[in-house]
Amino acid sequence: MILELRGVAKRFGATVALDGVDLALDAGEVHALIGENGAGKSTLLNILSGLLAPDSGTIAWHDDAARIAYIHQELALCPHLSVAENIVLGAEGSRFLLRRDALEARAAHLLADFGRGEIDPRTRAGALSLADQQVVEICRALAADARVILMDEPTSSLQRANVERLFRLIRQLRERGIAIVYVSHFLEEVREIADRYTVLRDGRSVRSGDLNDVRDDELIAAMIGRAVDNAFPQRAAVAGGDVVLRVDHLASPPRLHDATFELKRGEILGIAGLIGSGRTDLVRALFGLQRVTAGTIACHPERSEGSLARTGFLAAYPARNDTRATFGYLSEDRKGEGLALPMSIADNVTLSRLGAVAHRGWIDRRRQDDAAMNIMQRLRIKAPHPRTRVAKLSGGNQQKVAVGRLLHHDPDVLLLDEPARGVDVGAKRDIYEEIVRLACAGKAILMVSSYLPELLGVCDRIAVMTRGRLSPARPAGEWTPDSIMETAIGAA
Amino acid sequence: MKRLAAALAPLLGLAFVVILFAVLTGAPERYLSATNLRVVFAQTVIVAIGALGMTMIIISGGIDLSVGSVIALTSVIAAVALRAGWTPLAAIVAAVVAGGIVGTINGVAITALRVVPFIATLGMLGIARGAAKWVADQQTVNAPATWINELAVTFPSRQWMLFAPGVWLTVILAAAMTLVLRNTIFGRRVFALGSNEAAARAVGIRTDRLKIWIYGIAGLFFGLAGVAQMSRLRQGDPTVAVGVELDVIAAVVIGGGSLSGGEGSVAGAMIGALVMAFLRNGCQQMGWPNYVQEIIIGAVIVVAVAADRYQAARHER
Repeated sequence: MILELRGVAKRFGATVALDGVDLALDAGEVHALIGENGAGKSTLLNILSGLLAPDSGTIAWHDDAARIAYIHQELALCPHLSVAENIVLGAEGSRFLLRRDALEARAAHLLADFGRGEIDPRTRAGALSLADQQVVEICRALAADARVILMDEPTSSLQRANVERLFRLIRQLRERGIAIVYVSHFLEEVREIADRYTVLRDGRSVRSGDLNDVRDDELIAAMIGRAVDNAFPQRAAVAGGDVVLRVDHLASPPRLHDATFELKRGEILGIAGLIGSGRTDLVRALFGLQRVTAGTIACHPERSEGSLARTGFLAAYPARNDTRATFGYLSEDRKGEGLALPMSIADNVTLSRLGAVAHRGWIDRRRQDDAAMNIMQRLRIKAPHPRTRVAKLSGGNQQKVAVGRLLHHDPDVLLLDEPARGVDVGAKRDIYEEIVRLACAGKAILMVSSYLPELLGVCDRIAVMTRGRLSPARPAGEWTPDSIMETAIGAA
Repeated sequence: MKRLAAALAPLLGLAFVVILFAVLTGAPERYLSATNLRVVFAQTVIVAIGALGMTMIIISGGIDLSVGSVIALTSVIAAVALRAGWTPLAAIVAAVVAGGIVGTINGVAITALRVVPFIATLGMLGIARGAAKWVADQQTVNAPATWINELAVTFPSRQWMLFAPGVWLTVILAAAMTLVLRNTIFGRRVFALGSNEAAARAVGIRTDRLKIWIYGIAGLFFGLAGVAQMSRLRQGDPTVAVGVELDVIAAVVIGGGSLSGGEGSVAGAMIGALVMAFLRNGCQQMGWPNYVQEIIIGAVIVVAVAADRYQAARHER
């Protein structure tokens, strides 16, 4: 055993983040830490890495020289520094002068060890792909001679091929006797890579053991404290509504070349495809955030007045009483674009349509709070008050606030980019239920996702983006995970 | 290649300004004469020394608004020390150390008191100016003539030096700072701090201590700039150098520094300081009124940064 935690507790003011966590970590094991958002995983990682001190409980190291490295969910490199400088940052190995040749050689050696010798140690880290940046972070952990590596949802920004590469890296680390604490929401992923597990719920470690001895439904029940029947909500197939949006041969270089589809009232259209294939470009172009160079976008094509057929930036957020459809956009980048983190839940939820809670330009804070409370109940957002700052919420609750803004805005067409990414099973289920409810209420929904079970479980029809070209949309029942992947990689 | 282009941009700007005024004045041989170059370089010394410290602060993602006041304070301290019979060297050390102390106080306020650099140094702008007037007893301090006065003169008494000793001192310090920022662990950590502070902390760098060092060392440079100021005026003046911090920041930014941190270079900042000095000098030679200078320099700052951003955006594509 390399590290043992007993009865670790931590509170922030009135909030109890951890309330008795036990964890035992062996050298050379991959230990999965599972739990809903807000269960205390991040706090536990911060305590393990030494960023926070626990209020009570003991942390016993059985290896005095052990060092710990923390690989954050959002990659934490210095983009202006070179790969080599990033790798040795904090562990330069000399006192004053930087021996550039030596450290570049050391970095190259570490990279080559992982079969990534083609990454030049002198490149600026900011110029690397996300997957390569992650390799650099892992090399940094090794350069610091870490015996324990904490990985917080390391796959959340990776495509499948890179996930496999990451898993190979993790197995190499395990063979070197390094202990890995692996946080993830994906049970399939956890089963693939981890040996043992600990489930956290409401700040307590509620269950732990060997992954071979436990079934998925038992894990889920331990995570949310109740049994779940089905991860996806059921609903009746939609009848063909009016066409709300018709897109013809839309192009928005450099990534989007040709997208054609129709979206009807009450329909959920899924867009599958690899990261970088142009899916995000499609929704951004539709929302007027990206320049369109060819093609047409028509809203309510059967009504002639609503047709748009021009290039350039499309103003897709027209006034609410406009005859054209109103659009709502949920960015995949929650922290960068989706939310104003320092502002409250109430401010975030009402931000895009403050008029609904204002009178002659003056915001009525009570109405704003009421609107937020309403959304919080609907989406089961766990927060003490509508005036709670969004930055204080867990990832899943933050994502719900971002979705809640669209509910308050009440657009006709919802453009959702990865609406349930990086959130736990319970929050996913809540978000899916809301999406289905919106569709039943007659909204037209375009949903981009990398998570195939979600596309197959929630969408009516699915189209696949392959290198900037969108396949014809087919009913979800006609797709299988294999056929989607084959189309996405251009094999079919 | 990209980096080379980025480094060349300020140099091209400088060349453009020099050639423009050489043509405009209609007497390039006079504008580019040794005499005029000496004037320009001597005028640049104070801003350039300040920019050495400011480059480091801006790369680390910080800012220091107290430079002008610190220059006034340290120039007064140097003058008072000389008047009290200290040797010139002791007076210089006193002024430089005083600058370092003020910078350290800034660093402590930023880290221990959690005041953002803009506000902490805005406060220091007032405090240091007040302290300067207090030390000087609200009047200029006449100091006995010493060799310090030679530091920033336009025409060095020893002909073979070509430029004032202060100019050479600046060049040496600039070279040293370039090496420090590029080749020492401290220097790379300054970049790391400005590039991604959370990452720097996550790898175990004591970012608070690093910041105190950065502001403290920068303060030493501001103290030295105060000595140069005293040398120029031949007296300590507590009301001098108002707004110099903006010139210093402008020099760093014209030279490619980014106020969001992680970018900047000593060479660029030196060129930035020269660009402004040549602009001022050119406007004077043309006989344009002061307000024209101010408008032109203001516009140049915006254009320089816009050009830099444009170039960065083009490289990203």
